[in-house]
Amino acid sequence: MRPAQQNDPVAEQLSLFRRVGYSIFPGMARQPEKRRGYRHFFNTLILHFRPRIVPERTLRFTLTWGLGGMAVVLVFMLIGTGLLLKFAYEPFPGRAYDSIVHLQNEVLFGQLIRNIHHWSANLLLVVVFLHFLRVFFTGAFHSPRQFNWIFGLTLFVTVLLSNFTGYLLPWDQLAYWAITICTGMLEYMPFGGAKIQHWIRGGTEIGPATLSNFYAIHTAILPGCVIILMAFHFWRVRKAGGLVMPRGPDEDAPSRGETVPTIPNLILREVVVALVLIAGILVLSVVLNAPLEAKANPGLSPNPTKAPWYFMGFQEMLLHFHPLFALFVIPFLIMCALVSIPYMRYPETTPGVWFVSSKGRRMALTGAVTGLIATPIGILLDEYVIDVVAWIPGIPSLLSNGVIPLALILAGVWGFYSVMKRRYGASREETVQMVFVFFLTAFVILTVTGIWFRGTAMKLAWP
Amino acid sequence: MKKQKTDQPESSRRKFLGKLWLGLGAIALIELVGLILTYLRPGKPRGSDDAGTVVEAGAVEKFLPDSVTAFVRGKFYLCRLEDGGFLALSRKCTHLGCTVPWVDKEKKFACPCHGSAFDIRGEVISPPAPRPLDAYAVSIENNVVKVNTKRPIKRSEFRKEALVYPKKA
Repeated sequence: MRPAQQNDPVAEQLSLFRRVGYSIFPGMARQPEKRRGYRHFFNTLILHFRPRIVPERTLRFTLTWGLGGMAVVLVFMLIGTGLLLKFAYEPFPGRAYDSIVHLQNEVLFGQLIRNIHHWSANLLLVVVFLHFLRVFFTGAFHSPRQFNWIFGLTLFVTVLLSNFTGYLLPWDQLAYWAITICTGMLEYMPFGGAKIQHWIRGGTEIGPATLSNFYAIHTAILPGCVIILMAFHFWRVRKAGGLVMPRGPDEDAPSRGETVPTIPNLILREVVVALVLIAGILVLSVVLNAPLEAKANPGLSPNPTKAPWYFMGFQEMLLHFHPLFALFVIPFLIMCALVSIPYMRYPETTPGVWFVSSKGRRMALTGAVTGLIATPIGILLDEYVIDVVAWIPGIPSLLSNGVIPLALILAGVWGFYSVMKRRYGASREETVQMVFVFFLTAFVILTVTGIWFRGTAMKLAWP
Repeated sequence: MKKQKTDQPESSRRKFLGKLWLGLGAIALIELVGLILTYLRPGKPRGSDDAGTVVEAGAVEKFLPDSVTAFVRGKFYLCRLEDGGFLALSRKCTHLGCTVPWVDKEKKFACPCHGSAFDIRGEVISPPAPRPLDAYAVSIENNVVKVNTKRPIKRSEFRKEALVYPKKA
């Protein structure tokens, strides 16, 4: 038993400052030999989140490119700036726009905070998409990481929705019409789409109820979901024994190899990535202002009215397919395919190898080139040559712009897949990757076309 | 407290009570979700009484045949066709809800968002719009055109009966 505090000679000699310090962090007083000031405290704090040791091989920057860490940093920057914006923003149609103008012109650093929030949000989408590609191409979705792939997809959707709900809040022309179009899409959804539209808009028209819905979802529901999902996502990484082991295409599956202490080896690298990222965003936010157009005018749609850039791929599809197909059938099929990727039966798996194998790399390249050629041709053909309604009069557009083109495309991909599979004698991992790369390229080209090659009245035009 | 192990399986009463709790919990959860959904359901918009939904457009003579007049407040167009019939069209594109302006030069409604176009009767000239512009009920009382903007009428095609003609004096 320690003597009573009044009789403790050591405590008597300590300054008030020290005594208060020890009362906050008792560990420092109990184990003086272990303590090295704050460092010890922070180290033990960090080790609550990170493992004590990590395999040295997984520290390689070219394994992860720091993308997951960047996403975390961006999420925290978004939460921080978002909280600050909440003090200035008024979620009412008549006042939202003016409150942002006031924030930008009258509040010190107001414009900067808004810029940081805007650019972090956009960058977050890019970073999580690249992270998704990294995980796919290093085969880091195989067992035991299967379900973490699903968590990742859910997080991606949540981030997408966060961006989308934040888009309306400035209540400018850009926001108003993008949200009009995007919520208008729900009307084509079978099974209660109209009801969901009515609910999300809080009525038939976009108005005060819509803004208040979006505000609540954007500032409370979605951040909460992101934080909870992130916790599960990281926990599953730990449960899988850390990151996937990187290796070359011809190497055998490696053991854990040499391990090194997390502090400082991993933490230092993470801090460097975080600081560089934050510096980059600060520079970007000083140089480039977040866009703010004229106040929303429900009577005047700008020409052209475009969706947010991350929905451009779907907007482009909307110009070629029946809305039911562009907005529901195709995205639904994409989502099903993505979810099923880790659950397909692979006779052998190669987690940790970039692009599966040397053969896989060649096939992926073929898939990319094919997509690069086929997609623009498809867009041009549909724009200038194909006119099913003139060729077969009276055909319902659900067939002419939905079932038939989709069936043709899928048949084409199936043919491509069979030819390549036979020619290369490829494994399932390699063929799945090739088809993935093909659709990825097609989607990127659709997005690029939507952003830069669509002019007035959505006609094809040079940028 | 140590659990006493017996040869008998868990007593059926305990099992039953456990299931009962589970069931009650499920019911409470369903009620909670139902409550939240009901709470979140959009109610009647404020100030949505019948008053104010009927817009008096003006005297019949004010509108020339083959002309389109925009009503910004009521969010509709009053069209008078060549034969003198009146038709009130919603300004919302049936594709994704953009506001369609009337292009007088080309005699059509041209949607700026995805390039849909409609003629003066609201019929689709060029897709992707899937159906004609929605219409509003028009009535003519004492030579004054009135439009009821309460409920847009969805149509699959233009019908001659939809036109309203002034009574011949």
